[in-house]
Amino acid sequence: MGRYLLRRTAFLLASLLLAASLLFVLLRLLPGDPANALVSVGATPEQLAAARRQLGSDLPLPQQFASWLGGLARLDLGTSFVSKLPVGSEIAARLNVTVPLTLLAFVLAVVVALPVGFLAAWRSDRWYGPLLNGVAQLGVAVPVFWIGMLLVTVFALRLRVLPAGGFPREDWAEPGRALTSLLLPVVTIALVMSASLIRYVRSATVDVLGSDFLRTARAMGESFGCAMWRHGLRNASVPVISILGIELATTFLGAVVVESVFTLPGLGTLLVEGISEHDYPVIQGVLVVSTLAVLLIGFAADVVQRLVDPRLRAHVGGGRS
Amino acid sequence: MKGRHTFAAGCVLVGLVLAVAVVSLVWLPYDPSDTTGGRLAPPGGEHLLGTDKLGRDLLTQLMVGARIALTVGAGSVLVGGVLGVAAGLLAGFATRWLDDALSAALDILIAFPTLLLAMLVVAVREASLGSAVVAIGLAMSGVVARLTRVLVKRVLAQDYITASRTSGTPWPRLVTEHVLPNIWPTLLVNLALQLGLAVLAEASLSYLGLGPPPPNASWGRLLQEAQATVLTAPLGAIAPGLLLVVLVVGVNLVADGLRDLADPTRRSSR
Repeated sequence: MGRYLLRRTAFLLASLLLAASLLFVLLRLLPGDPANALVSVGATPEQLAAARRQLGSDLPLPQQFASWLGGLARLDLGTSFVSKLPVGSEIAARLNVTVPLTLLAFVLAVVVALPVGFLAAWRSDRWYGPLLNGVAQLGVAVPVFWIGMLLVTVFALRLRVLPAGGFPREDWAEPGRALTSLLLPVVTIALVMSASLIRYVRSATVDVLGSDFLRTARAMGESFGCAMWRHGLRNASVPVISILGIELATTFLGAVVVESVFTLPGLGTLLVEGISEHDYPVIQGVLVVSTLAVLLIGFAADVVQRLVDPRLRAHVGGGRS
Repeated sequence: MKGRHTFAAGCVLVGLVLAVAVVSLVWLPYDPSDTTGGRLAPPGGEHLLGTDKLGRDLLTQLMVGARIALTVGAGSVLVGGVLGVAAGLLAGFATRWLDDALSAALDILIAFPTLLLAMLVVAVREASLGSAVVAIGLAMSGVVARLTRVLVKRVLAQDYITASRTSGTPWPRLVTEHVLPNIWPTLLVNLALQLGLAVLAEASLSYLGLGPPPPNASWGRLLQEAQATVLTAPLGAIAPGLLLVVLVVGVNLVADGLRDLADPTRRSSR
């Protein structure tokens, strides 16, 4: 396990380096000049050149690349063109909204999807098994922001029981109010996420229900519940855990769009603002942080999966590593 | 049997949207940028589905939206498919070293989520139809490439390939004669699923204001515009969403049906 962790960490660092390079290449090679964002529309060539000097985009590419990586290593994400504040602290403030939103929505989606997915597979011969499956199929085809709009219409505009959007200025100083404003966004993301999760849980359960080991356990006199608990769930959990990592990452991204529906000051709205204002340091910073989050989630999912499934450990480590 | 029904149902749904898109090319009730209809006219009368807050005919906007959704969907699948299959074939055939490098790069590309990558492309180019297609296609190519690579590797491990290689078949002929015919059914199913995801991605981009600008009415942007007037003109906030769901469900059904039809072993089970 130790050696595996070491190798996986090395891969994580390599991925980060590659991602940072990819981001750099994409932002530099795609047409468009960041200096244009700093000057007004009718700027003279001299003004443009000055802006490029200020940004460092007149330097040779390798030098730009080195300073970009150097900044990242020092956790320095640069200064916003628009607000003139350090991008790092701006992102940190936004994470106060995005991280709780993501985690709450993820937990809710998992809590809903595990029993529903299990039920859809276990009771596929009753009327509600296929119904649950059908609803899940439909759920993956619904745009997440539309669900958000419909929920706002019903619960905020018609029934007036919840706020339509926004986040208290005091941040988390009043946890009650902060949570209330996160309730609808959380439900929105969780609904869509649980739809895709239900399909994975269902197919993992279908595989386990038809497995030989479960039949053997039953033949040896274990009750269905006992056999399922001791053998079934443990086996079904392996593919589900690997997909949970991807789902958590997707939830994080679902947040990007849903924040816009509910005008929450999160990472997603920061990115959208950055793009519409051509604020390159902000765009870069948000993308770096989100990629880091996605890669870290993948790392955690892989490690947890190995802890749950001893077969994976034996397979690669050659037994005693 | 099941596959055929699923496939047929999906074709009906996609066909509906496709028909609307085709009709929109030759006939529209109103000009898409015509704002003379009066603001928020109720459904019925001169405007069958009413008008939006700018006085544009909703039916017209929805019809143009069908065209945009299908154009961006098909366009990005074309871009992502060509890029992805090419990269996947390259990695599949490459030497160990190049394959490892390509695979690692693909893993990173996939770690970049579709929407973020698309937003990145829109950030450096401007928001346009072309940007949306390139952005979504690029994001999709990583997944397609990884799948292609696995499929190619699986085919190349077969004995008849070794036989063909030993007898001196050049690799381009290996690709066209053995690899592509073996992998295209699986690829097609995956590309169909990607089409549905691309339609949703375009809707999200447009909702965020980063999609094709007017007069290209996109369903995502229609929804965003209708959000403010949802209580007075609910149809404008419902119809585009419903059409999106119809199209994506249709595409997913086509993909599921294709998978069952292409693989006879799956037909009897489940």
